[in-house]
Amino acid sequence: MTKNLQIDVDERGYYGRFGGAYIPEMLHPNIEQLKNTYREMTAGPAFKKEFDALLKDYVGRPSPLYFAKRLSAHYGTNIYLKREDLNHTGAHKINNTIGQILVAQRLGKKRIIAETGAGQHGVATATVCALVGLQCIVYMGEVDIARQAPNVARMRMLGAEVRPALSGSKTLKDATNEAIRDWINNPEDTHYIIGSVVGPHPYPDMVARFQSVISEEMKWQLQEKLGRDYPDAIVACVGGGSNAAGAFYHYLNDERVRLVAVEAAGLGVDSGESAATSVLGTEGIIHGSRTLLMQTEDGQVIEPYSISAGLDYPGIGPLHAFLIDSKRAEAISVTDEDALAAALFTARTEGIIPALETAHAFSALDQMEYGPDDVIVVCLSGRGDKDLAAFTTYLDGLGK
Amino acid sequence: MNRLTELFNQKKANLLNVYFTAGYPQLDSTVTIIRNLAEAGADLIEVGMPYSDPMADGETIQQSSMKALANGMTLDTLFKQLPLTRTYTDVPLVLMGYYNQVMQYGPERFVKAAKAAGVDGLILPDLPVFEYEREFRDIAERHDMQVTFLITPQTDEERIRKIGELSTGFIYVVSSSSITGKSGEITDGQKAYFARIAAMNLSQPKLIGFGISDAKSFRTACEYANGAIIGSAFIRALKDVDDVAAATRSFVRGIVAPTEVGV
Repeated sequence: MTKNLQIDVDERGYYGRFGGAYIPEMLHPNIEQLKNTYREMTAGPAFKKEFDALLKDYVGRPSPLYFAKRLSAHYGTNIYLKREDLNHTGAHKINNTIGQILVAQRLGKKRIIAETGAGQHGVATATVCALVGLQCIVYMGEVDIARQAPNVARMRMLGAEVRPALSGSKTLKDATNEAIRDWINNPEDTHYIIGSVVGPHPYPDMVARFQSVISEEMKWQLQEKLGRDYPDAIVACVGGGSNAAGAFYHYLNDERVRLVAVEAAGLGVDSGESAATSVLGTEGIIHGSRTLLMQTEDGQVIEPYSISAGLDYPGIGPLHAFLIDSKRAEAISVTDEDALAAALFTARTEGIIPALETAHAFSALDQMEYGPDDVIVVCLSGRGDKDLAAFTTYLDGLGK
Repeated sequence: MNRLTELFNQKKANLLNVYFTAGYPQLDSTVTIIRNLAEAGADLIEVGMPYSDPMADGETIQQSSMKALANGMTLDTLFKQLPLTRTYTDVPLVLMGYYNQVMQYGPERFVKAAKAAGVDGLILPDLPVFEYEREFRDIAERHDMQVTFLITPQTDEERIRKIGELSTGFIYVVSSSSITGKSGEITDGQKAYFARIAAMNLSQPKLIGFGISDAKSFRTACEYANGAIIGSAFIRALKDVDDVAAATRSFVRGIVAPTEVGV
């Protein structure tokens, strides 16, 4: 690995050969406007002031960095949990929706659309729309509507309209397709709040920047606790990859820090029912971005599978494709069963019920090696209230 | 000479371009559909390469694509079917699909195979101008494969000129800000947009598409451009039919010579 890593997006939205904006002409004006304005706009003092104030007083940031004593003892190392589950709405997703709603307001948009998998991004979008009084429409796969019912109810309570995506596998990929189609149909009054570091440039970079508050806080929190501002490893789950992007962001160029991206293996990487994109994926284009995706030889997107709606996605963001391809990050895949077991173990060892997505990151600890003095940060991206139905079924099966 | 160039030299008005999804309604409908479209009066034909995630397409083309893929359509199959049409017709053929399909086949290998199969042009709606110039233009030009770009009501004049310079085939004038498959009357706002484009005197032929669904909307579109493109309405006309050839002929006649159609 080179000493001077300079991992950043170029002006066309590429990380190495991954990224770009492969979009129909119908979306060009909106994407061009965002591309030309987002950096300057979000760097402005008025924007920063409003963003920071909302993160502090509305979201409840900074999120704690908690030393998980019993987990650490179990694994024989030092495990810290970045508590994004304690944010308002229960996940890291709101960091990005706060940022993007401020962008949408400044662009004069009146109508907000979003896609959601687990429903956390949908809830976070519905929340910020209620906060500023904008109309909100959330596309969600029909399968996900059924398996994440509590979040559907929350979105309705917040005044959002949840529209089922009925095409394909009826999950996150298809919800994203529907949201893109909506934007094509409503180019002038609508802003599309993408929930992950996916999609055409500038979304992957913009979302990563809004989520980068996670690693920004980690730096001073580690400094306070340990007298050094970096860990030895950061572990985060990756569907599209937004919590991982935020947790890695300020350490991308710091090669002392191992970056571990945890994907959903579903029923097993070789089972045909998986979402482990870094293993099963090849270079191609999905949702406007050149990245790694699961596809046939003919370029047809393969329907993914994971018990976790938020990781049930056949691609990964272009930043992660670049990090994995260049070996800057390592990928670990975790099955449904192992994720469920890790959720139960975390609940009973630390008194924290993680989201199914996050449970994959916890399970990855079983596959990693580390020394007794190492410092490992797990990004605890979300809480598991929405997954109680899946957990209950699991517990019933175990007879516990 | 490229068949598209020949066509545009010969005919300047009322060009009818009909889209269908290859592999729909049956895997082997391709030759039947192309032959009958051409014989009934289509001037050029857009062959849709079915894709799993067609982001610019509405429900009709999504569903026909899913069916076509379930029927087993692949690019290799399509490239075997297309040459068979040349026994019957010299109608120009334009392939429409998404860039990932081209990328996975290999851009140069794809263009060569398409050319060998008798394809004259390409429409790849998610390959924008910048990416086209960077990774595809040389290949297309080397093999005389004409490439069509889309313009929309939101495309500004400078960009339209740029797209005009890059388009080697016709320019695809998207009739409204929408995905494919809408139907209904052409509005005054749309007419004003068509007139604005017409007044730009672009050198390439212009065909209006998206939302053109019947004889009336076809005729209106033709007042402002060299012709028009019908897609979803034709796909709908093929749904559940027993005789694909007859349904195809009757659909085209309903567009180009509606008064002659018996009921």
